[in-house]
Amino acid sequence: MSEVVAFRKRRGVELVMLILAMGLVTGTFVLTNLNLYGELPEHWWWGVAGYAGIGLIAHGVIRWRTPYADPLLFPLVYLLNGLGLAMIYRLDQGTRPVMHSAELQLVWTAISVGVFIVVLVLLRDHRSLQRFPYLSFLAGLTILMLPLVPGVGRENFGARIWIKIGSYSFQPAELAKIVLAVAFASYLVEKKDVLALAGARVAGIDLPRARDLGPITIMWLASLAVLIYQKDLGTSLLFFGLFVMMLYVATERPSWPILGTVLFLGGAFLGWRYYAHVQTRVSAWLDPFSSWDNNYQIIQGQFGMAWGGLFGTGWGLGRPNLTPLAKNDFIAAALGEELGVAGLMAIIVLYGVIVMRGLRASLSAKDPFSKLLAAGLSFVFALQVFAIIGGVTRLLPLTGLTTPFVSQGGSSLAANYAMLGLLMVVTHQVRRPQAQTSEPLQSLAQDTTQVISVPARTAPAARPRPAPPAESLPTPAGADEPTTAVPTARTPESVPTAGTPDGEPTTAVPLTGIPDEPTLAVPLTGTPDEPTQAIPQGAPAAWDPDDTNPQGRLP
Amino acid sequence: MNRPIRRVAFVAMLMTFVLLLNVCVSYLLRQDSLNANPQNRRVTDAAFAQDRGAILVGNTAVAETVASKDQFKFQRRYPQGDLYAPVTGFFSYNFGSSELEQTYGAQLSGNDDSLFINRLIDLATGAKPRGASVQTTLNAKAQKAAADALGSKKGAVVALNPNTGAILAMVNSPSFNPNLLATHQLNDARAAWTKLTTDQAKPMSNRAVREIFPPGSTFKVIVSAAALEAGYELDSVLDTSSYRLPGTNTTINTTCGNSQTLKRALAVSCNSAFARLGVKLGADALREQAEKFGFGTKPLSDIASVASRFPDEIDTPQTGLASIGGYDVAATPLQMAMVAAAVRNDGVVMQPYLVESVRSADLQILSQTRPSQLSVATSAANAAKLRQLMVGVVEDGTGWRAKIAGVTVGGKTGTANSDNRRTPYAWFIAWADDPDVAICVFVQDAEMEATDVAGGRVAAPIAKAVIEALR
Repeated sequence: MSEVVAFRKRRGVELVMLILAMGLVTGTFVLTNLNLYGELPEHWWWGVAGYAGIGLIAHGVIRWRTPYADPLLFPLVYLLNGLGLAMIYRLDQGTRPVMHSAELQLVWTAISVGVFIVVLVLLRDHRSLQRFPYLSFLAGLTILMLPLVPGVGRENFGARIWIKIGSYSFQPAELAKIVLAVAFASYLVEKKDVLALAGARVAGIDLPRARDLGPITIMWLASLAVLIYQKDLGTSLLFFGLFVMMLYVATERPSWPILGTVLFLGGAFLGWRYYAHVQTRVSAWLDPFSSWDNNYQIIQGQFGMAWGGLFGTGWGLGRPNLTPLAKNDFIAAALGEELGVAGLMAIIVLYGVIVMRGLRASLSAKDPFSKLLAAGLSFVFALQVFAIIGGVTRLLPLTGLTTPFVSQGGSSLAANYAMLGLLMVVTHQVRRPQAQTSEPLQSLAQDTTQVISVPARTAPAARPRPAPPAESLPTPAGADEPTTAVPTARTPESVPTAGTPDGEPTTAVPLTGIPDEPTLAVPLTGTPDEPTQAIPQGAPAAWDPDDTNPQGRLP
Repeated sequence: MNRPIRRVAFVAMLMTFVLLLNVCVSYLLRQDSLNANPQNRRVTDAAFAQDRGAILVGNTAVAETVASKDQFKFQRRYPQGDLYAPVTGFFSYNFGSSELEQTYGAQLSGNDDSLFINRLIDLATGAKPRGASVQTTLNAKAQKAAADALGSKKGAVVALNPNTGAILAMVNSPSFNPNLLATHQLNDARAAWTKLTTDQAKPMSNRAVREIFPPGSTFKVIVSAAALEAGYELDSVLDTSSYRLPGTNTTINTTCGNSQTLKRALAVSCNSAFARLGVKLGADALREQAEKFGFGTKPLSDIASVASRFPDEIDTPQTGLASIGGYDVAATPLQMAMVAAAVRNDGVVMQPYLVESVRSADLQILSQTRPSQLSVATSAANAAKLRQLMVGVVEDGTGWRAKIAGVTVGGKTGTANSDNRRTPYAWFIAWADDPDVAICVFVQDAEMEATDVAGGRVAAPIAKAVIEALR
C-alpha cells in the first residue's frame, strides 16, 4: 500500500512570493531612475502598475483553473521577467535618444501572460496531449525545420534559426521544444518497455528493434540536420539533449545518454572542422582577444563583467550599452555588470529553482506521461539556460539561443510562457488529490501490449529477456494503438472516489470490466495464466519506493 | 522511472553548479587583467571622470581638477601649463598620461592601495571619492627664473638641493601645454597630439631627465675628481702641450701653453691637458669615477629617467676624447647637476627626488620622502679641492659670467659638438653656497663656434639667474 502524499493548494505562498517579486522589480526600477537621474520619471507608477496588474490577473486565473499547481513556478518566472524588463528599461536609458523597448516588452509580457492564461484555461488535462505522438512529432520537426524554407528563413550571424514574416521575426526552436517534448513524451510512454526490453544486444549495448528505432533515428538525423543546415550548435544541443534524456528516463538504459553524448560530441567536432562559423565561435570562446573585430561582443561583455566585480556597479551606474545587442543575446552580461558576480549567481540559482520545481513535479507524478513531460520540459529549460549563460560567461562557445523570460523578444517570451502554462497544468494534475481506491491502481491506459513470439521455455527464464521476435507475426488489428480510457460523464457513484472538489470525471480509472482484473486489449495467445512475454517475469519484488507501480509489473 | 529522473536532476544540478563555479572563477582569475587592459573603455572612462588630486608646487596647484558639466564631470587643468609640463606631464583620455600624472596616477586618482581605508569610509558616508595630492619639491621662483632665462632656446635646466637631493627646478624647452591634451573635446585632443608628436622640435621630450647629450668640458670635473683620487694636487703641473691621440693622426691643440697647474688647466678648460691626463688615468679609472657620480644608473624614480653613460668598450685614443666629454660619453642635465651637487655636498651624491609628500584629500600624509644617499663620489677632502677648482673657473676662468657678489659660486663650462653639422651644445654646471643649490644648464643650440666660450656665454648667465632667484 503506497503512501499518499496530500498536497495543499499553496496559493497563499504564491501570492506572497509574487508580491515579493513585484517589490523587487519595482525596487530595481526605482533604483535605476534614482541612480541615473536622481528622481523618478513622471507617471513612473504606470509601468509598475501594469506589471503588477498582469501578474495579479495571472495569479487569479491560476487560482481559478490550476489551484494545485506548484506555488513557486509563476513567481520565479515573473521575477525573471521583471528583471529582464528592468534591465531593458535601463539599457533604453543608455542610448541617445532614449529608446522605449521596455514599454514594448511590457506589452509582450501582457500578450505572453495572455498565452499562459489561454493554456491554463483551454488545457484541462495535459494527458489529452498524448493522443497524437506521431502527429505532434511531425509538427515539431516541421516547426524546427521552418528556417530552412527559403523566403521565410533568415540567416543571422551564420546560423539559420530565425524566420521572418513581414517585419516580425520569430525563433521556431522555442515553440518546437514544447511540441517535441510533448511528442517524445507521448511516444515514449507507449514504447518505453518495448524500447527497453525488446531488441538485440549488440556490443554490450541493448538496441531496440528496428521498427522502434525508426522515430529515434529520425530524431537523431533531425538534430544533425539542424546542426548541418541551420548551423547552430546550441539549438541542436537542445533538441538532441532533450531527446536523449527522455529516452534515458523512459527506458532507464544508461547506454542512451552515453551513446548520445558521444554522438553529439562527434557531431560538434565535425561541425567545428567544416564550418567557419563554428570555428569563429570556438575561437571567440577560447581566445576572444585574438580578433578585436570578430569578437567585439564577447570582449565587451567580459570587460563589463570584470568592471562590475563582486557586487556590480549598481543599477544604472554601469555601461552595459557598450556591449552590442545587450538587450537580447548579452542581457546576462549586462546583468552581470550591474549586479555583479553575486547578482548573476542569484539569477542562475533562480533558473535552477525553476528547473528543480519542474523535476520535483515529475518525481511526484504518478503516470509516466506526466513524469516524462515534466522532466522533459524542465530539462530542456535547464539546457537552454546552461547554453546561453555559459556562452555569455565564456564557459561554452556562444550560440543563438535566447535567455528565457529575461531577454528582449516577444516570440521567445510567449513560447516560454506557453511552456510554463503547460508545466503548471502538469503540476496541478500531479498535486491534485487523486481518486483513492482501496489499492492504488496502475492504469493500463498508457500501456500497450504487444505479442512477440518466443522460443518455448520450460520455466520462466531467470533473466527476463525474450528471444528476438520473428518478423512476421500476426498481431491483431489495433494492437499497436494505445488504449485510452474513455471518459465518462457518469457521476462518481459507480467508482469510489475521494470526492474531487469539482466533480470532474476521473479519467485515471478504467471503467470497463471489474476494477481488479486487468482489461486486455488483445486476446490471449497463451494460456490465461501464462503471462505474455512482453512483460518481464519474476515474482513481485519487494516494494521499491522509486517504482511507480508498487504492485510489480503485473497489470 | 524515478531513479533516472533523479539522475537527470543530479545532472541539472551539476550544470547549475558549473555555471556558478565558472562565474566565480572568471572573477578570480580574469578580472584583474581585464580591468588593466587599456582597451577597456569602461575603466579608462571611469578613470578619466574622477576627482583627481592636485600636483602642488609650494602651495600652488600646477595641476588640478575642476568640476565640469559634461559626461566626465571633472576637468583636469594646468594653470601654468608650459612651465611645469616636464614635471606634471599630461593626463589625457586617449593617450594615457606621463611624468607625475603617470607615476603617481594611482594616488592622484584615489585608487591606490594606500587609499583603501579612505575609499571604504567614503563608501560608507556616501562622500564622493577624491584623489590624493602630490606635493613636489619644486621652487616656483627658481623654476620661473630658469624658464625666463632659457627663453626660447632649446635646452633644459635642472636645479638641486645638494644636501637632500630635492629637485628645485626642472625646465624643458621647448615645452608644451598639457591643457591641449586634457581637453574633453576628444577630436581637438587628438589633433593636438598629432601636432605635438610630429613637431621637429620635440616639445614633449623631457631633455632634463630622459635624453642624454655629450657633456663636453663639464666632464673634466669628473676627470679632475679621478685625478685627485689618484694622488694629483691642485697645483700639480700637467703637460698641456698639444696632444696627439695615440695611434691616430688626430691632435688636440693646446689652448693653455705647454704646462699648467691642474687648477689653471680646469679654469681655462684646456683640452690637451685633460686628454693626456685622462689617457694617463685610464678608462677604467674614469669609468669608475663616473659611476660613483651616478653614471650608469637611472637617477630618478619619481618620473621616467635614463642613465647617463660612459662607454664600456673604449680604447686609448677614445679615452682621450672621452676625457674632454667627447666620444660616446653622454649625460642627462640631471646627472651633471648631481655632479655639481656632490662636489658641494662633500663628495656625497644624494638621491634626487621630485615628490616631497603625498597627502590624502583630508590632508593626511600618506607618504613622505626621506633624503637618502645614492653613493659617495669622492672623499670630503677631495671634494673641498674640487670646490676650489670649480671656484677657480668662475673667479678667473671661462665661467666668469656666473659670478655673483657675496656668493661663492663654483662652476664648469662645457661646449660639446659631436659633429660639425650642427651647432654645439652649451653646458654649465654650478653650485652655490648661499643659497645652497646645484644647477646644470644645457642649451641645445648655442649658435656659436666650437669654443668653450659658448658654455660660458650662453649657459652661465642662466645659472646665475636661478641662483639669484633663490636668494
